[in-house]
Amino acid sequence: MCLIAGATVFFRHHRSVTPSTTGARSYAPDFSLPQLSGQQLALSSFRGKVVLLDFWATWCEPCREEIPHFVDLQNLYRNQGLQIIGVSMDDGPEPVRDFYQQFKMNYPVVMCTGKVAESYGGVLGLPVAFLIGREGRIYFKHIGATELSVLEQEITTLVHGNDGQANAH
Amino acid sequence: MKHLPRTAAIIAGMAIMAALAANAYQASLIPSSDLINPDELVKILQSTKATKPLILQVGPHILYLQAHIPGAEYIGSASDPQGVQRLRTRVQSLSRGEFIVIYCGCCPWNHCPNVKPAHDALREMGFTKVKALYIAENFGANWVVQGYPTAKGE
Repeated sequence: MCLIAGATVFFRHHRSVTPSTTGARSYAPDFSLPQLSGQQLALSSFRGKVVLLDFWATWCEPCREEIPHFVDLQNLYRNQGLQIIGVSMDDGPEPVRDFYQQFKMNYPVVMCTGKVAESYGGVLGLPVAFLIGREGRIYFKHIGATELSVLEQEITTLVHGNDGQANAH
Repeated sequence: MKHLPRTAAIIAGMAIMAALAANAYQASLIPSSDLINPDELVKILQSTKATKPLILQVGPHILYLQAHIPGAEYIGSASDPQGVQRLRTRVQSLSRGEFIVIYCGCCPWNHCPNVKPAHDALREMGFTKVKALYIAENFGANWVVQGYPTAKGE
């Protein structure tokens, strides 16, 4: 069942992971951004779920490579409380809509603003992903494409409520 | 069975064409003589004697809004034909000897879809002093984090 078996070191652009310590763990800045449908999506409406917040763009090759695996992760862990949210850095929604259809994305995608990107410390290179616990705190930040085995381990830790184990990373 | 070699050749040809198309935008194809490193550019910008280049950001708007080189003008993603057109329009009236620096920094150098089309367009227009800012990882890591001068907003 585990994705790890089928995805050997796929994420070759992996650069770094920054686990938050208990004391420094901050709440993920809330935002309300338009989805591709035009409807607004508020991050706070997903409180109670484990959220993988993925800053990406259609022009970013490592981002594109990650998407099919995120689709798999969403399918695998939806019932355990995982919600992936894509935050597109594209200049407009048109290429994102095409991409969304083509890759059969199964999670919401919103269009980012400079203000929101800055609230997350600045997103000046892609991809960047944040793993947010059910209570809304940031547990992990991945800069660059993420090694799937690492990401899945973090997700399972959080969806099973073993937040304390996250400190060990 | 007798068609297999021909089929294989067609498939191989298609694969090569696809690879060439995929590489067409890769910044790594820009000649090294047309590159400038961040520290070199900073020295030029800080020099009182050096000729200052026209700096054009040919990447995504949201990156420009968050951080850009002071004085750099936003052109937009040159992977988009509209971005290339904006670039052409901006430089059309300039002397072909104008010192122009283009940069993006959206992605690791080999994955940047914007710098190469911008470089190609300027070269095609006859500009002889075009430099692409070599950003190995992204603008954040190779410029902002290095403490180089940075501006925000429009």
